[in-house]
Amino acid sequence: MAILIDKDSKIIVQGITGKSGLLHARQCRDYGSNIVGGVTPGRGGTSIEGFSVFDSVAEAVLQTRATVSMILVPAPWAAEAILEAAEAGIDLAVCITEGIPVRDMVTVKRYLQQTKMHLIGPNCPGVITPGECEVGIMPGNIHKKGNIGVVSRSGTLTYEAVKQLSDAGLGQSTSVGIGGDPIIGMDFIDVLKLFAQDIDTKGVFIIGEIGGDAEELAAHWIKENLKKPTAAFIAGRTAPPGKRMGHAGAIITGGKGLAADKICVLEECGVVVAQSPVKIAEAMHEALNKN
Amino acid sequence: MNIHEYQAKEILKAYGVNVPRGCMVKSVRQTEKAYQNFGCDCVLKAQVYAGGRGKAGGIKTVRDATQAIEAAKELFKKKLITVQTGARGLPIKQLLVEEIIDVEKEFYLSLTLDRRTSRYCLIASAEGGMDIEEVVREAPEKIHTLFIDPFLGIKAYHARPVCVLLGLKDKLLDEGIKLIQSLYKILLEKDCSLLEINPLVITKDGRLLAMDCKINFDDNALFRHPEYEKMADLSQLDPLELEARKYDLAYIKLNGDIGCRVNGAGLAIATLDILKEHGTEPANFLDVGGGASREKVAAAFRIILSDKKVRRIFVNIFGGIMRCDIIAHGIIDATKDIAPHIPIVVRMDGSNLEEGIMLLAQSGLNVETVDNLKSGVQKIAQRMNRKQKTAA
Repeated sequence: MAILIDKDSKIIVQGITGKSGLLHARQCRDYGSNIVGGVTPGRGGTSIEGFSVFDSVAEAVLQTRATVSMILVPAPWAAEAILEAAEAGIDLAVCITEGIPVRDMVTVKRYLQQTKMHLIGPNCPGVITPGECEVGIMPGNIHKKGNIGVVSRSGTLTYEAVKQLSDAGLGQSTSVGIGGDPIIGMDFIDVLKLFAQDIDTKGVFIIGEIGGDAEELAAHWIKENLKKPTAAFIAGRTAPPGKRMGHAGAIITGGKGLAADKICVLEECGVVVAQSPVKIAEAMHEALNKN
Repeated sequence: MNIHEYQAKEILKAYGVNVPRGCMVKSVRQTEKAYQNFGCDCVLKAQVYAGGRGKAGGIKTVRDATQAIEAAKELFKKKLITVQTGARGLPIKQLLVEEIIDVEKEFYLSLTLDRRTSRYCLIASAEGGMDIEEVVREAPEKIHTLFIDPFLGIKAYHARPVCVLLGLKDKLLDEGIKLIQSLYKILLEKDCSLLEINPLVITKDGRLLAMDCKINFDDNALFRHPEYEKMADLSQLDPLELEARKYDLAYIKLNGDIGCRVNGAGLAIATLDILKEHGTEPANFLDVGGGASREKVAAAFRIILSDKKVRRIFVNIFGGIMRCDIIAHGIIDATKDIAPHIPIVVRMDGSNLEEGIMLLAQSGLNVETVDNLKSGVQKIAQRMNRKQKTAA
């Protein structure tokens, strides 16, 4: 089962002829993902390392029946790539690209409201269902098939957490990096809803960091809705208060976003919080044993 | 990216928003000349990349030429320390000389991104000025927020109720609507992450005017605005942070003695956490990002090492996009000439690991390689403690 992707997912890669597009298309294929082609405007009809290249997402969908797109298009064009995927009827777009202007993402997010497409990212490591399918850039070998759903705002910190879980015998159902940008597609709660319904997911691990209030919102949702053991780690407990300009940010968040506040809310909502970045597996074990 | 008040006001002016008559000056002489040109009482406003200037003594009222000269001399000599600058303060290289405005009423107005709704929002309050954050705490009901649908923008019917809440009437009501629409246009066309007018005022002679303005640009959108590069005032930036920016590295100087070099912001923050848990003090936050080149890795080391307090380096790399052999080459390139003896603990994990370990082992540098975070931090902490004991 798992969530979002499995061994039957048909995947295209937007930006497949670019350096990182090709590298990660190849790595995902090596992991076992069913990459059915790629898109680079102007290169339609050619092929690269065995991947068929199409001029547009619509064309690729027509020819391959792909439902998932991994986007590795450079930042100036990435927002359009997401819109194109949505218009072409893709179900799930995973946008790895870092550095997309906020103004572009405001438009993307608004447009997605009126389509059925789910977006993961941008600026994220992607999604992996261990042993079946990877749509992203994470090192596949640290993952292990199992029953822990992982959802994270971070990139490399997710790898750290996953490795500790795997080493401790806690395999993963699916691991989702939702990305750390101000505007992202699916958020913690969107992913938690899927984990809540997934029979293969017996426990959930959340990786958050300072800033914003996404972790607090997730904590309250968990308390009301998630009946599965949940643990978390929040990075930034010792971070010095950042420099800031103007007042608008503080007005919006009401000055929230400190790690201590997040940890406190999570614990109040029944989530076991790892006290150190090397105690991630311990926290997950504790949550599993509690129930 | 930050810009100065005078630059922000030039942008406002270009979009038809009223600002006080003003002139940017870079010396005492220029200040005197500007004062004489205005021929009236003026304010001298220190141009620094931080708010809270008024309370920190960065804004002076002058009523004759002698006062203007004296005040300018004092300001140009000063490092301005405000609640937002940190203890080191910021040098004052430019002043904005402005005519004094007789103010009838002050408001607060800003546009920024609301993360929760993923929309830009307009924030307005009838109580503007220096104490806006107090208003937020004490009387949040006095803050009005308008979330903007990007497919519609701000229509007059969106802006009118906001202006009414601010108490604008008749001609000023129409001007207020136009002003709000102009600000939104600036936000979009200039890719601002923040556009704040505090205060927006009604003058005694009945005009609507932006007395102070703060604009930040979205760093991700700089590629659309090559002209912004020339607007940066380098005197306001930490030289090391500036050097880091050239290589697209995120570097923040801290006060400890362990140089840190990590890939990915989340892991970098967590690394600082665990170093502190082990009783050691990190010297910096440094995120080299995803796919870094050999040159970029080497630059990261040069930057870490140019902080003279650094006595150890902890490298924590979890390769996703990063390859361990590239990291190893970068470490060797950067340290073999400038600091071949500095103890380095490298925690590497990810692709091409064996090759990376071998390169480091053969380099002749004082490097230890470990394969997990826990032993990495323990190694660094042990070494520091041993050294401290020997010193004692």
